[in-house]
Amino acid sequence: MSNSNSANVGIVIVSHSPKIAEGAADMVRQMVGNAVPLAWTGGDIDGGLGTNVAGILEAIESAWSPAGVVILVDLGGAETNSEMAVEMLPEDRRARVVICNAPVVEGAVIAATESSGGSLLAAVKRSAEEFYA
Amino acid sequence: MSLDRAAREKLVRALAESMIGHADELTSLDQAIGDGDHGLNMKRGFEAVLATLPGLADKSLPEMLKAIGMTLVMKVGGASGPLVGTFFMELGKALPEQPVRADLVTATEKAINAVKARGRSEAGQKTLLDVLVPVQIVLAGGGDARAIAAEAAQAADRTTPMLAIRGRASFLGERSIGHMDPGSRSASLLIGAAVAILE
Repeated sequence: MSNSNSANVGIVIVSHSPKIAEGAADMVRQMVGNAVPLAWTGGDIDGGLGTNVAGILEAIESAWSPAGVVILVDLGGAETNSEMAVEMLPEDRRARVVICNAPVVEGAVIAATESSGGSLLAAVKRSAEEFYA
Repeated sequence: MSLDRAAREKLVRALAESMIGHADELTSLDQAIGDGDHGLNMKRGFEAVLATLPGLADKSLPEMLKAIGMTLVMKVGGASGPLVGTFFMELGKALPEQPVRADLVTATEKAINAVKARGRSEAGQKTLLDVLVPVQIVLAGGGDARAIAAEAAQAADRTTPMLAIRGRASFLGERSIGHMDPGSRSASLLIGAAVAILE
């Protein structure tokens, strides 16, 4: 987990594998430095492959920006657990967190690049989803 | 239906035992067509539920169900955490403290709709909905505990020839045919354990 003080849209990376999540975050940092709030989470609560709602909630908190947060996910459970986490957010934050339908690594890098230019939440989400559509 | 504290604790223990005792079986079903973690995930979730006893059973039935659901959401890990957890939470939201059969019928329908929304799925896609939906129909039709348990077991069996449309098994395409859906099996075990206590 790492973060910046930017007001740009935050990026959260959720993978079943903590190594993939961390590695994707490294690739984002290489591209945009500290220009966007960024957090990653991966693994179940016992450290095995999987995802968990508490970890996702922490990552959203860590990458929080008033401009909102986009979440990149890998497989099914990562998406389901992310949706659950979004629903558990306070109401004023819920509408400002969106899950991207995009490949986790490529989507994270593209979304972060878009965010680093100051784009709004919807544009950041769209950039990740359209690039590989 | 009135469940006193002892009955509520018995229900929790029966649900947990049905998952912990069948963890290996669920895992091997999931190894065939999924990522092989379903047994371990459900075991972890229900061990966490057991750890909230005895306080858990001090709660009213609706509050107890909501608490079980939240624990499963937070602890299970896979997609089954939010799916099964949502079922328990919505059941808790919809049931009164002393439910009659009609309350169970409407509450299970609401809970199933919430699971459908959570998984963006319907019955027929080789998921736990293929057990929940037909069992709810038997419940609504006045079936007794034995009929409900029998339908749960048969419905899980009926997922074996199905083609998976949702979940990790859908990646296998036609190779998902010929294996029972692990989520259907765990749903049927939970229903069997519950009706054995509630009958």
